[in-house]
Amino acid sequence: MDSWAHYLDQVLFAVLPYVAVFTLILVTIQRYRAQRFSYSSLSSQFLENRQHFWGLVPFHYGILTIIAGHVVAFLIPREILAWNSHPLRLYILELSALVFALMTLIGLLAGMVRRWTNPKIRIVTSASDWIIYLLLFVQIVSGIYVAVFYPWGSSWFSTSAAPYLWSLVKLNPDVSFVASMPHMVKLHIINAFLLIGFFPFTRLVHILVIPNPYLWRKPQVVRWYGKPKETAGGGA
Amino acid sequence: MNVRSQIAMVFHLDKCIGCHTCSIACKNVWTDRKGTEYMWWNNVETKPGTGFPTQWENQDKYNGGWVTFQEKLELRSTSKTKTVFNIFHNPHQPSMDDYYEPWTYDYQHLFNAPEGNDQPTAIPLSLVTGKPMETIEAGPNWDDDLGGSPVYAANDPNLKNLPEDQRDQLFAIERLVYFYFPRICNHCLNPSCVAACPSGALYKRGEDGIVLVDQQRCRAWRACVAACPYKKVFYNWFTGKSEKCILCFPRLETGQAPACFHSCVGRIRYLGVLLYDAERIEEVAKRPDIELIDAHRAMILDPHDPEVIAAARTNGISDGVIESAQKSPVYQFVKVWKLALPPHIEYRTLPMLFYVPPLSPVMARRDGDTVDHVSDNLFHDIDESRVPMQFLANLFGAGHEGKVRYALAKQKAVRLYRRAVTVGDITMAMAERALREADCTVDEAEEIYRLTSLCTFDDRFVIPPAQREQAIEMMKDPHEHRQGAGFGFLTGPRRGL
Ligand code: HEM
Ligand code: SF4
Ligand code: SF4
Repeated sequence: MDSWAHYLDQVLFAVLPYVAVFTLILVTIQRYRAQRFSYSSLSSQFLENRQHFWGLVPFHYGILTIIAGHVVAFLIPREILAWNSHPLRLYILELSALVFALMTLIGLLAGMVRRWTNPKIRIVTSASDWIIYLLLFVQIVSGIYVAVFYPWGSSWFSTSAAPYLWSLVKLNPDVSFVASMPHMVKLHIINAFLLIGFFPFTRLVHILVIPNPYLWRKPQVVRWYGKPKETAGGGA
Repeated sequence: MNVRSQIAMVFHLDKCIGCHTCSIACKNVWTDRKGTEYMWWNNVETKPGTGFPTQWENQDKYNGGWVTFQEKLELRSTSKTKTVFNIFHNPHQPSMDDYYEPWTYDYQHLFNAPEGNDQPTAIPLSLVTGKPMETIEAGPNWDDDLGGSPVYAANDPNLKNLPEDQRDQLFAIERLVYFYFPRICNHCLNPSCVAACPSGALYKRGEDGIVLVDQQRCRAWRACVAACPYKKVFYNWFTGKSEKCILCFPRLETGQAPACFHSCVGRIRYLGVLLYDAERIEEVAKRPDIELIDAHRAMILDPHDPEVIAAARTNGISDGVIESAQKSPVYQFVKVWKLALPPHIEYRTLPMLFYVPPLSPVMARRDGDTVDHVSDNLFHDIDESRVPMQFLANLFGAGHEGKVRYALAKQKAVRLYRRAVTVGDITMAMAERALREADCTVDEAEEIYRLTSLCTFDDRFVIPPAQREQAIEMMKDPHEHRQGAGFGFLTGPRRGL
């Protein structure tokens, strides 16, 4: 391997991840402190209600499942390998992952068409929206390409990607796991870190403020000046 | 008993002249910003009519408010589980088409148009896209004064259970009748908007019951818009935050009436404190339709009752507020005289804005004469009125006529009594009989007459004193709010990236 490629691998797989993650952490915190108002999902359903359904719903169900899959494979690689030891189970896992990936892609494309063609939605589309759409598009397409042309990723993820990610977590990046991978896989990884780095500058921050307390709070909310803030109200 | 205080309201519909001054006062103060152009925190509707947003009372379409299900109170639009699955796309969210696309006109063209044979015109420009609009299809009071009534008034959801002949009677030419229905947020006791918000951004202020959206915490999940059965939470499409009537709390805190109240030309609006028992909210909201009005009234407490006063003090309600509750015109209208009724209480949000149902369109006789007094049944014209009782009952009585008829009969008795006093073409004996039959006394009639007809500014608006120490608390660090857009903001309300 020539030294230039080696150097590039170091930058992309050992430096970029940390730059991206630190940007994410520092900027989200600073943005939350200084510009809390800007934390919003910036819903555009009010301006267009029909295409919205066909874009946003498949996209979110798809991407959340896919992300969950990546996280699981990262956390418990050995269990995944054990599951995959049976070919039928491997096929089921891979096929359902592919279905969700295609769902994500269709949703994303529907969302892009909506943002491009509807004049009202265009008014509320910013440059950062397009950046995020582009990055997501590259991410999903490269992911699907990898899934189709380098099959059984659910198995090799556990033996090469998961150890690489763990080496990042342990602050001792081991680039050798990824250096020999096909270009599409590399693109998928690099683009993921770009997404993470751009994350805090975009509407994606809505993921950080998902309203989980709703599930356990009382229906009514009452706030007082004097008494402790946000005592849940009597009655319902 | 868990006593809380609430700034409550009464609108006297007989006095509303439909001038929309209130709406304009509100718009000029609060909703002339980008993204809020289409909002009318205060709007005035013609009834019968479809209102704003179109057909807002049709809950089969909008799914607002609460329903009782197996002894439990549930939101019609959402639940904890449904929120998880519907958060990406809310199936009950109204869109701009249900309101209208706001517009302005290209006035410059009137000045800059090149010379030609025709007068230049100012074409409408969308306030969303800035582009010319081909046709304007709707506006905030599109069916004002029964405009387009075959399309609008005829589709009023309150006409649903009226027999054919009564419907026809409403729209027969030369017998047409309508009244105005000004609306703001009801600052409900059991607000469905608050209960639906996944972020907990909406809240009720403990001290005065005003319902607000915390702009810093709203994340545009927009569940409140769908959940409010009165459609009084609006989504700001530009900032990505929901907004609603704030009852002009910065004015109230400095002892001024809200802008719409202050500017009301017909002087139809009253404002004052009610003390209520917060422990009973859920129990009352679960009652069957026919019991709702009585139960709602029963949870409003007598501010003169020593027990209530003691309990209020334990809860930290100041003497100033209790005193204000004792002078509240709202308490008189709602609890003592039983003239004012909540709108659509069957939505079970327990509204704190009450309406005195309109007598004039009821009394206007078919042949165009003025009131016919001479009859054995003094209240015959109420029963034969041109606005069918069932229609008013659908609006103000959860479908039941009793409470509405009571309020109308009492108003008529007061009119007869005052006519006996001032004009004299009715005998006092007859007037007293009318009062008796309407469950009213001469003293009460005098009081009603005074607060309805001779009321001054201070009679109509009894604003509780804002607590000085609380006011100071809000101002703790004045520098923090420099260059802000109001309290709680460090920066202007800029849209996120
Ligand atoms: C549980 C987590 C999530 C929740 C609750 C959520 C919720 C939402 C909501 C409510 C919107 C606004 C939709 C509207 O216009 O009405 C939205 C938009 C969006 N979300 Fe999410 N989201 C989640 C996770 C994600 C993830 C993981 C991604 C991608 C990595 C993502 C990407 C986007 C994008 C790109 C948009 C803008 C779409 C558009 O309007 O064109 N979201 N999300
Ligand atoms: S009228 Fe609607 S917005 Fe106002 S408090 Fe009631 S439920 Fe909430
Ligand atoms: S200002 Fe008063 S009289 Fe005029 S429309 Fe509004 S409520 Fe009615």
